Parts: sequence; structure tokens; C-alpha cells
Amino acid sequence: MLTIKNLHASVEDKGILKGIDLEVKAGEVHAIMGPNGSGKSTLSAVIAGKEEYEVTEGEIYLEGEDISELEADERAHKGIFMSFQYPVEIPGVSVTNFIKTAINETRKAQGLEDMPANEMLKKIREKSELLEIDRKFLSRSLNEGFSGGEKKRNEIFQMAMLEPKLAILDETDSGLDIDALRIVANGVNKLKGEDNAVVVITHYQRLLDHIVPDYVHVLHDGKIVKSGSKELAHELEEKGYDWIKQETSA
Amino acid sequence: MELKEKLISSFMAFENKVDVEAPVHEERIAAIKNFEDKGFPNKKQEAWKYTSLNNVLKHDYSVFPKEETALEYREVKKYFIHDIDSYKIVFIDGAYSSHLSQTTHDGIDVCLMSAALTKPKYRILIENYFNKVAEKDESLTSLNTAFSKEGAYIHIGRGKVVEKPIQIIHFATGKESSLLLQPRNLIVVDENSHVQVIERHQSLTENPILTNCVTEIFANKRAIIDYYKIQNDVQTASLVDNTYISQKRDSHVSVHTFSFGGNMTRNNLNFYHKDERIMSTLKGITLIGDKQHVDHYTLVHHAQPNCESHQEYKGVYADRSTGVFNGKILVEKEAQKTDAFQQNNNILLDDRATINTKPQLEIFADDVKCSHGCTIGQLDGDALFYLKTRGIPEKEAKGLLTYAFANNVLESVKIPQVKSRINRLIANKLGINIGFDL
Repeated sequence: MLTIKNLHASVEDKGILKGIDLEVKAGEVHAIMGPNGSGKSTLSAVIAGKEEYEVTEGEIYLEGEDISELEADERAHKGIFMSFQYPVEIPGVSVTNFIKTAINETRKAQGLEDMPANEMLKKIREKSELLEIDRKFLSRSLNEGFSGGEKKRNEIFQMAMLEPKLAILDETDSGLDIDALRIVANGVNKLKGEDNAVVVITHYQRLLDHIVPDYVHVLHDGKIVKSGSKELAHELEEKGYDWIKQETSA
Repeated sequence: MELKEKLISSFMAFENKVDVEAPVHEERIAAIKNFEDKGFPNKKQEAWKYTSLNNVLKHDYSVFPKEETALEYREVKKYFIHDIDSYKIVFIDGAYSSHLSQTTHDGIDVCLMSAALTKPKYRILIENYFNKVAEKDESLTSLNTAFSKEGAYIHIGRGKVVEKPIQIIHFATGKESSLLLQPRNLIVVDENSHVQVIERHQSLTENPILTNCVTEIFANKRAIIDYYKIQNDVQTASLVDNTYISQKRDSHVSVHTFSFGGNMTRNNLNFYHKDERIMSTLKGITLIGDKQHVDHYTLVHHAQPNCESHQEYKGVYADRSTGVFNGKILVEKEAQKTDAFQQNNNILLDDRATINTKPQLEIFADDVKCSHGCTIGQLDGDALFYLKTRGIPEKEAKGLLTYAFANNVLESVKIPQVKSRINRLIANKLGINIGFDL
């Protein structure tokens, strides 16, 4: 699904990613953990196509196609989705209208007609139930005045609607109470399937109790310094990131 | 011959067309004299520092159109808010079009300035209100007063809620190679009455048009007036819109100005408080591109205690367009407990676009609440990235963010059909089709 080879990226000439290799297959869940400043958010932004980050070396492939040069919207059309830590507020545009726009723009790029209104409504109803979102919420302006939990739930709702091949969840657990965390994780788990993959970026192990990863990678100073099974996350939680830092500098 | 000289000599010809014995004619004579003394404003004057009329004044405008032109409703329907039942006062090249209008004398007067200025039954009202709030010293207003003859006349008697909005539309057909239009409107709303007005100036060809419009509005006790100005004219049409509003106790007047087009647009919007507990609302969205220029010059004169004014202007400037916002709030010594708010936020979409914004607060009272703020920025890169990760292409994403920026100004628009029209105009200007429920 996703193949990253020797990826180097910098922002304003400052190197942040210093040679990342990663292989994510369909049906898998990968967690990328690491201390603050290790490059976690940069990695997700580079995969999603943020222009401010310059890829100086290496490639990113989605289903065998090099996507390193594509714009963020073109990557989205190919099936990449990123859930944001801080989603943007858009006054005057409702959640429903926003998601309609996103879906139909993607369909347009794929040479399809707009989704018929009844199909759209049915899908909205189905996915909002999954994330325990009520109708009133859908007519509110996108992210305007939303609580932290509502924002994250709305991100996963968008993911559910867009049905991406690869979903990157960037610090989705931050600012969530336990109920919201459960709802969000439950949503992600139900959307996970044989044909898609999820990359969870997180500082803490907490979310991984609910979204259980097949692989855990530890990022430090722009490189993956350790990979393992889900037990690695527990080990990190116990020993802290200093353990990794010491081990890698030794 | 320069335009100024042409106008002064045209005044004599104009005198042959009007009743020179009427009391208002003395006002016209004083006004032409003031214009003769002052001439057109220029950039040396503080109030016109950022707006030049040079390019606008170089045309040899006709002052009186030679022939009358008729228009069919279907040709111009799109310029009306046509999905609403309304009174209409329509002018074609400055002349009243009874064919396109729907006026009334049924309990309220929605009719013509030419009738009000000449018929005896309106004499007292004209004596009390005509040219009573317009600035007599201002040269362009004087020019309009000198040639005042036609326009909209609206008088709402006591205790009337006018259910239907009133649309005032001035069309320019381009029959003359270039034309100067000077409509003069008078709106008087008596105690406890409520009226909504929509105004538009529309040129139908590329022939240069200069409109120098003066509107006087009087809100008596507890009157409510909502006024909407839709400015979306062609590239060769320029507008100087002078609006003077006099408010009495407990009255509410709101003016929304939507400036989406035209060559040069100058909005002089003046509020004068004549008593206590008055509320004034001034809102605007400016959304322009190419080499268009829009200048908002506002004044709120707080002269009495316990009054409020609320001012919010948003501007979006693309290409080489230029904008000006000059918001003057004058709080007199007597005007204690004034609550005046002013906000002007701008986005420049292009390196070559310009905005000059200037809050101007003069406060002589010591127990008041006055706040103001202005911002000039660009679209947020992170926000743009967010939208693109949802599959929304850059152009649409920029449009959506710009829409979001300007949108909240529409919250106070009380006529749903006006709100949806403005929404559509904005979406259209931004080149986006984003499936809004309009």
C-alpha cells in the first residue's frame, strides 16, 4: 500500500526527516511513536503533501505509484487521508456541505459524476451513527466552536465518508476524554479492512489500547530507530523515550 | 472643456427644466456655487488621499441624456431580487421607468423625487427634510444638490411596518457614449415604522458611467430602517455614493454595503445621532479584483448619550485592486455612555493588491466604550493544506477560505433572498461551486 524509501525532508533548509524506510501493507495498522521533535508530525505532513516541506531525497509510493511530486489534493484523490491534530475552522460552511464538497471534488477528479443526493444522505446518516454524531452537529459550521473531542470525531467522520486507502491519524488522541477516545477508536476499527491501512502517529500508548497496531515504529531524530510488535509500545510506556535515546546513542 | 466648466454651464440649461420659483431652487443655486468654489475633490485633500478621480473625470460625460430608452423586464430581471414580492422604483439613464416600477401611495409613499419636489402636497415634507442632513460643504454632494430633480422618494407614516422591501435600481443603457447620473433619494420614516430598502446601480454596456448619488435618510423615533447596497457594476462604471442618515431617539438604522465590482467606487456613509438610545449598524463586504478600487469613508457622529454604533467591514483584494477604509467615529462631549465598535479586516490575495485602512476616533467624552481594530493578512497556509488533504483543489480551497472569512458579515442580513443572492455573488466572484444550501 504505502512504501517509503530513504525519505529525507527539510523545512526552511533544516533537515527533519533523515532517511525513513517504511512499508505498510493493506490490512495493516502501523503506529509511529516518538518523543516531541522527533519528526512524527513532519512525516505525516510529508506523506499528505504539505508544500512547506521539501523532500530532498527518497520517494513515497502509494500502490506502486510515486506520489512525491503530487499536490495534497491529488494525493487525497488517490486515497490518502490525514486526520489533523488541529483541524481548521470554516465559518459559514456546514459539516454536511463541506463533506459533500470533498466527496464530489474527489469524484470529479476520478471522472465520476456527483454522488446522488439520496446516496449521500444515506451515507451521512450511516457514518454519523457510527461516530455517535447527531443531526444538529452536521449543520453546524465546520469546526467552529467545536470542543477538542468534537473536532476529532468530525475528523474520523470525514475519514469514514471519504473511505481512504491510507489513513494517517496525527495525534488523534490529544485532547480526548476517555469516552471520546473510545468512540473515535471504535470508528477507526470499524473502518479498518483488508483493503485499507492505518498509520497512527502518537506520543502516548493510550490510543493503542483501543486501536491495536500490527507494528510499532519508534522515530527519533528523523529516523526510525526501532520497530517491533505492539509490545514495543508497552515497553516505551514503561521505560520512557530516554531508553530509546540512550540505546541509539550507545 | 473640462467637466467642471461643462457642469457649471449646464446648470443654466438645467434651470430651464425646473421650477426656479420653488424653494428648493435656492438650495440648488447655493449648491452650484459651492461646487464652483471647491471643484472636484483631489488627492491633496485628506479625505481623498487614497482615491483619485482623475481617470474617472477625463471622460466627456453627457449631463442630460438626449433620448429616453425603454427596457424589457426580462432583459434586466437578473439585477432585481426577483424571488421576492417588492416595491420597485426603477430609473433608466436617470429617467423614471413606470414600466419596470411598482410604486404606491396606499398608506405609504413609495414614489418619485420629481413628484415630491413639484407637487404641493409634499411641500411641507420637502421643506422639513430635503437637503437637511446632506453635507452642504461637500463639493460632490453640492453638485448633486444643484442638479437634484429625480430619484426615489419614500415616506413611511407613523406606525407602519412595510412588509415588502423596496428596490431602487438605476440602469444605465449606454445610449450616450458616456453619461453622468446624479440620482437624489429621500427617505423619511416616521415613528414606530419599519422599512427595508435594496439599492443598486447597474450599467448595461461598456460605455463609461459616472454616478454621483445622494441619499438622505431620516429615522424618526423608534423607526427601523435596513438598507442594502449591492454594488456589482461593470468595469467601466464608477460610483460616488453619498448617504446621510439622521436618527432620532430609539431608532435603529443598518446599512450593508456589498462592493463586488465597478471601476471606482467611493462610499461616503454618514450617521448623525440627534437624540439618545440610538443604534447604528454599518457593515460591508468588499470583494474585488483586476484594477478595481473601492473606498469606504464612514462617519458616525455620536452627539447624544447612550447610543451605540457597530461597524464591521471585510475586504478581499485580488490582482491589482485597491481598497480604502477610513472609519471616523466622533464622540461629542455630551455623548456619555457611547458604545462604539469598529472592525476592519482585510485579505490581500495578491502581492500587487493594496489596502489602506485608517480608523479615526475622536473622543471628547470621558465615560465611553470605543473599540476598534484592523487587520491585513493573507490566507492561512495551514488552512489551505487542510482543505487540500480533503481532496479540494487549491482554487476551490482558496475560495472556500475567502468565503469563510467574509461570511459572518451576512449574519445580520434580514432578508433571506438578499442573503442568498449575496452568497451566490460571492461564490461566483470566487469562481467556486461548493454546494452550499442556498
